[in-house]
Amino acid sequence: MNQLIPTFDFHRVLVAPWTDSFGSYIWVVAMGFLVTMACGLVGNYLILRRMALVGDAISHSVLPGLAIAFLVANSRSSLAMFLGALVAGIVTTIVIETIHKKSRVKQDAAIGIAFSSLFAIGVILISVYASKVDLDQECVLYGEIGFVPLETFARLGNITLGPPSVVRMAIVALLTVLLIVLFYKELLVSSFDPGLAFSLGINATVVHYVLMGWLSVVVVSAFESVGAILVIAMLILPGATASLLSYRFPVIMLLTVAHAAVSSLLGLHLAIWLECSVAGAMVVMATALFVLAWFFSPGQGLIRRWIKARLTEPEVVPSDAPLTGK
Amino acid sequence: MRPLSQQGSSRVIRPRLGPSVLHPLCSIFYLLLPAAAHAARIGDISDTNVWEQALRFFTFQDPSVRYALLGSMLLGVVCGLLGSFIVVRKMALVGDALSHAVLPGVALGFLWNMTKDPFAIFIGATIAGLIGTTVVGLIKQTTRLKEDTALGMVLAAFFSVGICLVTMIQRLPTGNKSGIDKFLFGQAAAISAQDIKLMSVVTVLVIVAILLFYKEFLVTSFDSGFARASGFPVQLIHHGLMLLLAFAVVIALQAVGVVLVSAMLITPAAAAYLLTDRMHRMLWLAALFGMIAGAVGAFLSFLGNNLPTGPFMVLGATAVFGFAFLLGPRHGVLVRWWQQRSRARRIQRENTLKSIYHVLEGRDFQGEGVSLRELAERRRETIEDARRQAAELRHHDLATLHEDGNLVFLTPAGWQRACAIVRNHRLWELYLTNAAQIAADHVHDDAEKIEHVLGEEVVRELERRLEYATKDPHGRSIPGLADMQKGMAPGRSDELVGYGKRL
Repeated sequence: MNQLIPTFDFHRVLVAPWTDSFGSYIWVVAMGFLVTMACGLVGNYLILRRMALVGDAISHSVLPGLAIAFLVANSRSSLAMFLGALVAGIVTTIVIETIHKKSRVKQDAAIGIAFSSLFAIGVILISVYASKVDLDQECVLYGEIGFVPLETFARLGNITLGPPSVVRMAIVALLTVLLIVLFYKELLVSSFDPGLAFSLGINATVVHYVLMGWLSVVVVSAFESVGAILVIAMLILPGATASLLSYRFPVIMLLTVAHAAVSSLLGLHLAIWLECSVAGAMVVMATALFVLAWFFSPGQGLIRRWIKARLTEPEVVPSDAPLTGK
Repeated sequence: MRPLSQQGSSRVIRPRLGPSVLHPLCSIFYLLLPAAAHAARIGDISDTNVWEQALRFFTFQDPSVRYALLGSMLLGVVCGLLGSFIVVRKMALVGDALSHAVLPGVALGFLWNMTKDPFAIFIGATIAGLIGTTVVGLIKQTTRLKEDTALGMVLAAFFSVGICLVTMIQRLPTGNKSGIDKFLFGQAAAISAQDIKLMSVVTVLVIVAILLFYKEFLVTSFDSGFARASGFPVQLIHHGLMLLLAFAVVIALQAVGVVLVSAMLITPAAAAYLLTDRMHRMLWLAALFGMIAGAVGAFLSFLGNNLPTGPFMVLGATAVFGFAFLLGPRHGVLVRWWQQRSRARRIQRENTLKSIYHVLEGRDFQGEGVSLRELAERRRETIEDARRQAAELRHHDLATLHEDGNLVFLTPAGWQRACAIVRNHRLWELYLTNAAQIAADHVHDDAEKIEHVLGEEVVRELERRLEYATKDPHGRSIPGLADMQKGMAPGRSDELVGYGKRL
């Protein structure tokens, strides 16, 4: 037990990251924040469209796209990676739609079939071409966010920017914010009311595929740091937590960003304490925040509901009243 | 947790699933036991020729091969059977969430006594899976989040806890060699005799449960409202199914891995769903497909060195699904495409025949042949189109072509078909005007469609109801059975011979 859970050393866990090794940990937190924010913002639309599990599917199925991009381009260039992921993401969407529309298999089963097959192809490619593909199974599963500070820092002229993956993620996150600001109305309307969107002349299919394409870009840039499976947490947890705290969509978006910041910060400390996977710990903290919101949300929390149920007059149901609901 | 020694845990666990229970159920697997002592792991085999490996696989001399194959097939059967129910219940992704949610349970089961004790892991994983599905239900009930979000969150949250635990275990001095990471992608080669025992117990349990509660599972899967009204304990059956599902996921972990177990639940069952409309046949097929996928996965991963089993198994299942999707006799995409194409061509042919009939009728059945020009004018098409259609008729022995293909003569079969189509059309028009009181100028389009699908029995019934009328609402003759069989124009049997030829 002692070996498993190291003793909680206040200085080591909470102080040292910000004093002695500030230069490396700040990048881990920054990376975690950027990944969670970009994913969380896109994820909000997935939640609204009830497509959370399509996000799960795409996060799995970018893997073969990445592996093939590595094999074809023979390098770890960002462009090849993004292209591979984009193609894989779109292919997944098309495969799901095809199976769903052309046969009587329902959408949930179609999602399950599509992503598991593509993911299986990816894993096989990685294990067969292990020497050629610069990815390993652990990286696929829970990423290497802890290795971010070890990269050679990117430079622009004389200015040292930071680790290349953080810079890349920052660009993706900025673009995500930009896209959402520019197409706020289109995204919102087509998510809430496809009929209204159609009558306003918004092409819902184009919006759908753009969203899926951008989702694959975000997922692939998050892939290296958090792996294929934890991405789904980054996609859903911030938005789900935020939507328990507010009904207003702009507020939900801001809360998503706040959730991203808090969970990546706390996650780092948890990982330092327990000496475990950093990405895993960040998701654990994100989950903890969700549980807090679930219980203590001022408007919709469990405790609030309980109090409301206690305060309202207990309803007397006549014994011969018809049963409703459950 | 360490003080609990191996003895302690075996004292706790064994009585539940002790040999007394196992003996009668799986005595066959005991036959395999003596060889287990020097079982080589598949992963230990160094680089050898693929064909040698294949030969080794099929001779089954290697006990680890037998365990891997047997285990993969057993899990395929269990996953196929239970997967059928979750696919028809539209709960496919519950299986996905459940399979990810078991990971912390696997890790805790491992921590119980720091070995891969199948029973401890089994119990830990089952509990974790059940907690996961319960939390999904709670989130759905008490928040405004929808099911997909709840599933995704539980999946990710439990999986992240599991990942933290696994990375912590791997940090331990004993943990690194534990092989707990094999639970992520599966290694059928790591299946031991003990695992096989556990798997066969679960298989028997699942089969018995399905046999005993087939009706209950069936009714609650397809019509839960009816089931509730008939007094079935719907919730209880749901939880029972979840429990069995957790069992299935847990025994599949070793070979398929946490990440891809859901595919073994969904894909074989979905393939079976495409091939049959009967639940019991779907169960048989899904079990068979699961078994095939399991065997294929075990075989392919054996060929290479240290390849994971799970992905190959999943691809095997996907291949089966692909075949069913494309070539399934009733719902296959290619099959349906072919059927639609041949139906469209038949309708095209029949329309050409009808036009020829109309041309003949237009000149009172004078002269036998119909020129391409007449046909093209009638159909308002180019000569080339008419030529192509005439060739198509000839290809099907419905017409012969003369004078360099410019003159079309119907064969007896072609004449009959043409009469039948025109008859169907006019009968239907008459029926619509008489029985459905539709205006005579509104019935043509409907008749254009129905003429190609009316069967002989329906036609006889229509004729009877219309009292063997001979004129359609537009005043034209309806060709009768006699006209068709004599090969003569309607109402002219005394003057005409052949297809519109005068005596």
